[in-house]
Amino acid sequence: MSQSQISTKHLLGIKYITKEDIELIFKTASEFKDVINRPIKKVPSLRDVTVANVFFENSTRTRISFELAERRLSADVVNFAASSSSVSKGETLLDTVNNILAMKVDMVVMRHPAPGAHHFLAKHIDANIINAGDGTHEHPTQALLDAYSIQEKLGSVEGKNVLIVGDILHSRVALSNIFCLKKLGANVMVCGPSTLIPRYIESLGVIVEHDIRKALQWCDVANVLRIQLERQDIKYIPSLREYAMYFGINKKLLESVNKDIIIMHPGPINRGVELTSDVADSGQSIILDQVENGVAVRMAVLYLLAGKRM
Amino acid sequence: MDHGKIIVSSDRFQLTLLRLCHQIFENHLDTEDLCIVGIQERGVLLAERLRDNLIQMTGKQSFKYGMLDITFYRDDFRRRDTPIKASSTHIDFLVENKNVILVDDVLYTGRTVHAAMAALQDFGRPRKIEMLCMVDRRFNRHFPIKADYFGIAVDAVDEAYVSVEWQQKQGVDQVLLFSGKE
Repeated sequence: MSQSQISTKHLLGIKYITKEDIELIFKTASEFKDVINRPIKKVPSLRDVTVANVFFENSTRTRISFELAERRLSADVVNFAASSSSVSKGETLLDTVNNILAMKVDMVVMRHPAPGAHHFLAKHIDANIINAGDGTHEHPTQALLDAYSIQEKLGSVEGKNVLIVGDILHSRVALSNIFCLKKLGANVMVCGPSTLIPRYIESLGVIVEHDIRKALQWCDVANVLRIQLERQDIKYIPSLREYAMYFGINKKLLESVNKDIIIMHPGPINRGVELTSDVADSGQSIILDQVENGVAVRMAVLYLLAGKRM
Repeated sequence: MDHGKIIVSSDRFQLTLLRLCHQIFENHLDTEDLCIVGIQERGVLLAERLRDNLIQMTGKQSFKYGMLDITFYRDDFRRRDTPIKASSTHIDFLVENKNVILVDDVLYTGRTVHAAMAALQDFGRPRKIEMLCMVDRRFNRHFPIKADYFGIAVDAVDEAYVSVEWQQKQGVDQVLLFSGKE
């Protein structure tokens, strides 16, 4: 019999959950997807739960997606953005979070620029913690919704060839995706300029390719990442224009490959850099499905972790 | 090992199913507004059988029929040791102004029906909700809920356990009573 309970109290990263956990999250998410497509999109599951969304880094879609997921589960929601808070007055992370918890918060959804901030917090506080991005480390719910979208589109993830293109070095989405896809049995290739591919990444069981055309010929799904200029303290690429020339995906390139590749992007898109508009808006792109699935997958994660408390 | 006592045998089971259909038909001569909604998972098995029998009995092509999963509406979430795994909800019509018959195999504390009524509200405002069950354990209710139609009433102590078995699942239709949950 398949399991009915997630094996962990926190979602700190995909690395720390099992394949069975991922399958349980997907199964639950597909029921929640039915719920959010009904005229009344709300269920009362988390009506006695309070969730704090603590964002030490800017975010629009992830925060909105989490907030919608929480509200559709009937949780009480408090939002906290570091820029307008006492963090700017010198308060430590633990003090900030303990103050929030003293107001009787049951779950914390946190984004933080420091890799591992969530692990530190998990050791010191009692609430369930969900990682909504920690620096360049992991972004587990994004990886889950990406893999869920692939499964929804292709029937399964196992055995599929998934390409991740772009700034692998600074991308928490890439790392979480690699863990998630490998756990589900997919073949993973990364493609990008050699300065943006971490050394020894092959040890994670992925293939490295620097030629975008060859990479596209290999894959069933291309997950295209944004060049995160805000995380690059030195020059890794000569210019965005050059990056777009060598690694950008346009209609002509896609047609020359002559196979139906699914195009994904975690957003926000830099149109004209990693993807041209005619690709981003084409029938091959499932970018907006990813956004919709994001709410269902986050509802599943919140629901399963909340059920774990007692 | 307790093998359980058969309290409804296979022959009687068929008669009971037919009787329930007649009772439904008697109360809903106009079947236009009637919806049969089975509660996941075991209520669905009973609801399917009722639907098939009703189709035979009335000669109608189909009935409004749905499956309702109440996992996300349960009032014991976070109070149980483990969360319950969700099943699918398939209700492809609005229950607005319809007469809904909620179907479950055993009516016990009434908490499932209570959650099902909350879940049903999300598909519109029904004119009327009725409850049908195969086994009505009358003396163990936690809520003021009663069955409008029932197969058999069982007055057993709290420790006792009633199991409804199905042709589709276990190969035989019958109701068993156990002295305690194994």
